[in-house]
Amino acid sequence: MKFFRSSSNTAGSAVPQKLTRRSSGMGEISRLLNSQETLCVLDMGATSANNIRFFTGKGHKNYSEDLLRSSLDPALRVQDGAGNTVVDSKKFLDENLVYATAQFDVVLCWNLPDYMEESLVKPTIDRLWSVMKPGGFLLAFFHTRDAGPDSTCYRYHVTGTDMLEMQEIKFAPPGRPAADKQSPRLQRVFNNRHIENLFRDFASIKFFLARDAIREVLVVR
Amino acid sequence: MDAPQTGEFAHIGKSVVIKGELSGSEDLYVDGSVEGKIELRNHSLTVGPNGNVKADVTAKAVVIQGKLDGAVVASERVELRKSAVVTGDVTTQRIAIEEGAFLKGKVEIQKEAGKATGSATS
Repeated sequence: MKFFRSSSNTAGSAVPQKLTRRSSGMGEISRLLNSQETLCVLDMGATSANNIRFFTGKGHKNYSEDLLRSSLDPALRVQDGAGNTVVDSKKFLDENLVYATAQFDVVLCWNLPDYMEESLVKPTIDRLWSVMKPGGFLLAFFHTRDAGPDSTCYRYHVTGTDMLEMQEIKFAPPGRPAADKQSPRLQRVFNNRHIENLFRDFASIKFFLARDAIREVLVVR
Repeated sequence: MDAPQTGEFAHIGKSVVIKGELSGSEDLYVDGSVEGKIELRNHSLTVGPNGNVKADVTAKAVVIQGKLDGAVVASERVELRKSAVVTGDVTTQRIAIEEGAFLKGKVEIQKEAGKATGSATS
């Protein structure tokens, strides 16, 4: 079992606080990135110049696809037979993650599974399995049961081999004006068994526990 | 680069809609809608805040403030301003992305002749 540290620093009282964390999962992925050339990396967080610089600077191809933002598209909301509003997962996958089979060497999910609509999580992981190369790495972060529903949703900027900068994300909920931005709510907390089931088609799974109610999961396709 | 104030450039205003292939030998500022293909081999394209481009773009430099849906190939640089919404692959030597810009697609940095690495800046 491995642990990694989380820390914070401020450059001044008027400057927004920048949180950083050391990531063991990112460290393992960096070793892969440093040992091979022209890998395909899929970053599923919000568009980050840091991340694009980090990956392309090492000669790799960077694909950006902000799936959390895409999943909030009001056009995905449809009425089911009982009149309930549900998310159309088929339409979602018709419009997102449309790549050739076995294309990616590295997929960075970050905290997407915790904040995405429940009905989209398993179909998304299954699609990721099909677009990843055998032996490819997937990194995801999951809250532990200690995290409350109002725990802050972050995007992650890679600032070093195993260092991440965390920046709070805020979105306007579907159908609301942009001025109503708020941090997405934690949808659920996966336990270890849930996580293993989610990635049961993958070859191996490794957990890294942290002190800040987050566990990192590094999965090999 | 915001709306160009001086020099040789073509300006497509926000009420203009063009469908087809655009090519030229001067800089182009698009604040309207263009659907098709844009080729400005040795010149720059700026998509203004009201611009809506659905086209594959080839230019020396591309600055995006509005919406672009298509592949971008820029021999020198690409800038995504904070209001940019880009869906498509970007191939260039240098890319700058402002906080708030949205990109869905691949970024591939082509090495400059005689230099070892490309870069992305914010």
